[in-house]
Amino acid sequence: MSATEPDRPPTRTTRVRTRWFAAAALAIAAGAFLFIAVGGIGQNLVYYWGPKELRAAGSKATGATIRLGGQVAVGSVKRGDGVSDLQFDVTDGTALVHVVSRGVPPQLFRDRIGVVVEGTMTKDGVFESNRLMVSHDNKYRAPGDKNVDIRELMRSTEGLDDAAAPAATVAGSPRP
Amino acid sequence: MLPILGRTLILLALLAASAGAVTGFVTGKNPSPAGWTWTRRLAYAFAAFMVLANLTMEYALLTHDFSVSYVAHVGSRAVPTWVSIVSLWSSLEGSILFWGLVMGAYVAFATWRNADRHPEYMPYAVGVWLACGAFFSFLLAGPAQPFATVANPLADGPGPNPLLQNHYLMVIHPPFLYSGYVGMTIPFGLACAALLVGRLGNDFIRPLRNFLLLSWIFLTCAIVLGGWWAYEVLGWGGYWAWDPVENASFLPWLTATAALHSALLVERKGVLKAWTVILVLSTYLLTILGTFMTRSGVFNSVHSFTQSAIGPTILVFLAAALLFSLALLALRVDTLGADGRLETGPSRDVLFLVQNLLFVLFTFTVLLGTVFPLVVEAVRGVQMSVGRPYFDRMSVPIGVALLFVMGVGPALPWGRATPRQLRSALLPPLVGACLLGAVGLALGVRNPWTVLALFFGGYTAQVTLSEMFLPVRQRMRSHGEGLLEAFRQTQSRGRRRLGAYIVHAGAVVAIVAVAVSSTMGSSKEIQLRKGEATTLGAYTFTFVAAEKVVEPHRDSLLARVDVSKGGRSLGSLYPRMNQYESQREPIGSPAVRSSLTEDLYLSIHNIDTDAGTVGLLVLVNPMVTWIWIATGVMALGGLVALLPRLRSATAPARVAAPSAPIALGGSN
Repeated sequence: MSATEPDRPPTRTTRVRTRWFAAAALAIAAGAFLFIAVGGIGQNLVYYWGPKELRAAGSKATGATIRLGGQVAVGSVKRGDGVSDLQFDVTDGTALVHVVSRGVPPQLFRDRIGVVVEGTMTKDGVFESNRLMVSHDNKYRAPGDKNVDIRELMRSTEGLDDAAAPAATVAGSPRP
Repeated sequence: MLPILGRTLILLALLAASAGAVTGFVTGKNPSPAGWTWTRRLAYAFAAFMVLANLTMEYALLTHDFSVSYVAHVGSRAVPTWVSIVSLWSSLEGSILFWGLVMGAYVAFATWRNADRHPEYMPYAVGVWLACGAFFSFLLAGPAQPFATVANPLADGPGPNPLLQNHYLMVIHPPFLYSGYVGMTIPFGLACAALLVGRLGNDFIRPLRNFLLLSWIFLTCAIVLGGWWAYEVLGWGGYWAWDPVENASFLPWLTATAALHSALLVERKGVLKAWTVILVLSTYLLTILGTFMTRSGVFNSVHSFTQSAIGPTILVFLAAALLFSLALLALRVDTLGADGRLETGPSRDVLFLVQNLLFVLFTFTVLLGTVFPLVVEAVRGVQMSVGRPYFDRMSVPIGVALLFVMGVGPALPWGRATPRQLRSALLPPLVGACLLGAVGLALGVRNPWTVLALFFGGYTAQVTLSEMFLPVRQRMRSHGEGLLEAFRQTQSRGRRRLGAYIVHAGAVVAIVAVAVSSTMGSSKEIQLRKGEATTLGAYTFTFVAAEKVVEPHRDSLLARVDVSKGGRSLGSLYPRMNQYESQREPIGSPAVRSSLTEDLYLSIHNIDTDAGTVGLLVLVNPMVTWIWIATGVMALGGLVALLPRLRSATAPARVAAPSAPIALGGSN
């Protein structure tokens, strides 16, 4: 490749001045970028909440993007005839949230299964979901288990971050 | 027997790596032929022990030796042989072992190639590589032990994660990813050596560039293979979700791409040395951050199947590597001053800078969105994530700007240009820009960003092609040769240039395809009864029947959906739900009908063979196939640029080896 060209060394002062200009320009650009980016993040946060936390958030929940995790309350599922009017309650054993879901429910959707729904709270206290995912947790839960671990549920749920996949079976559980 | 053999090999690898790291650094400080010989020997020994350990594990997997803990974990007598072989990287401990294999191969290869070259730098470089190797050997010896002894082995095991068996892409994606990730260790070591020696000469930038490029090719393929797998398997209809783990592979790719470009300026102009070194160091740190994010299970992600408690250990290593890099930079960075200077004003030089800044900006954007939830959870204990809109909104302008720079940069001449030169360089490609923009508008593209992407895409495509064939045309004119002869003559001399423009061509196609596929697609969710039909775009989908298929390792429920377009039948698609023996829940498997213009994508949400109903997600995705093609082109371009260098570099360099680097460091 070509050797470095013989250069005309700039005087020391111009070089220092250029350096200061460059540093200032970079600082301004970086500041502007950070401002835009942090603002963008603030507007696009997705909260991972259970029914209790959702209730506790109050009006803050209205309009925010929320991933609500919990169990489908027994006997609460009402299927409409079409695609868009599936209704059910999500519970964590203490609080209850009524969910209206658009979209086709997944295969395993049923009473008492762990679900994560993504959507937002409307003003009239109904959770409008545009995405319904079921938990792929391999642990069976005793019926009526009051201690739903929301965090574990979020981790083991199909479709998180758009990538539907079951959580680990690598724990080496022998086949039944 | 095998567990003990395996553990012994791992310990020997750890020993060789640690000893080699020490001798490397000592030899770097006090050069001696004996020290360098021993450093090399220990590097080869480390590689050999890693290879043997991997062979031992493969043997254990193939012979179903369930006394080896990893085999007890992922092995099964029921799975086909090829699944047993690839089980090596199907779970955490095995994948770290495989990581060790790739690392050993890289270290041995890089040491062997440079055994007679760069005598000042190489001991330090090998020392750094082996220090990293020692860490991963340590992981295998302790926190991620694959060769633990199972006291009372069972007669059979659960088999690997069914996802691995569900699609062949899941088998080839990890090796590419590891080859990309681990390969970044080599440029990292070389950059550290440059800092330690206090010089980055014109000769030493070459191995750095070459190994960076090699890893870059693997990483590029790995990222897209991962997206392709997600597209073919996960059933939500897309290929990229800004999942933290996808980001983990994308971040080092961004900095590596920036470094490949700035290294060119180091080579041509003797500038941006420190900057290039910083990019290379960041690339390595980002691969370790990525490993941490993938392996520790801090994120909810599809990749959670490789999670475990080794997270803290990797975090400690990341902190150590970060401190080492920062200390090295703080102490030594002013030794890497420029020999030349950059041109100001509109020139290719400046566009290189702009390109680099854009890539760094992109890196920060993605990093911020990826790490932010982690920080919030650590500080406030609140779980959240940053939604896709953030990433989309931030990355689209940056991507379009990069497309623009990729056109304008190569169009401009090096150094200062006269206004007339500028006009004749910048105006003609507007033809291509308007052409592609007009085609897009005619086909119904209305999204302003997509129109802009097409416009710049056309511009850049024309620049890329004319630059690609510029030497050929010049040669045809000057020597009066035919097209083929001129091509043969020029490509043997200007391969690197040719390769670079092939990569650019691929990148243009990829960006345009991403822009079109993400804005021009259509989708719908629908519940159908047997015999019912639905339409989307010009297509009609008829649900004909639900069937059950029983295979040895899985049961499948599948829906037969007949597709027709304008009354003409296009055949049937069979989206399915696979139920694996070892898995309680079924895994959906979408049916994709790909063509060069658009893909039809069917995915089952639910299916009931008794009632004869199916819940379907139906998508029409335009141009997705072009993303896969473009990636192939990019990888090919990278190889074209790389391969002749690997070959030709051997002969002349031996002559130059003993002499000191040409360009002396220091700006004063």
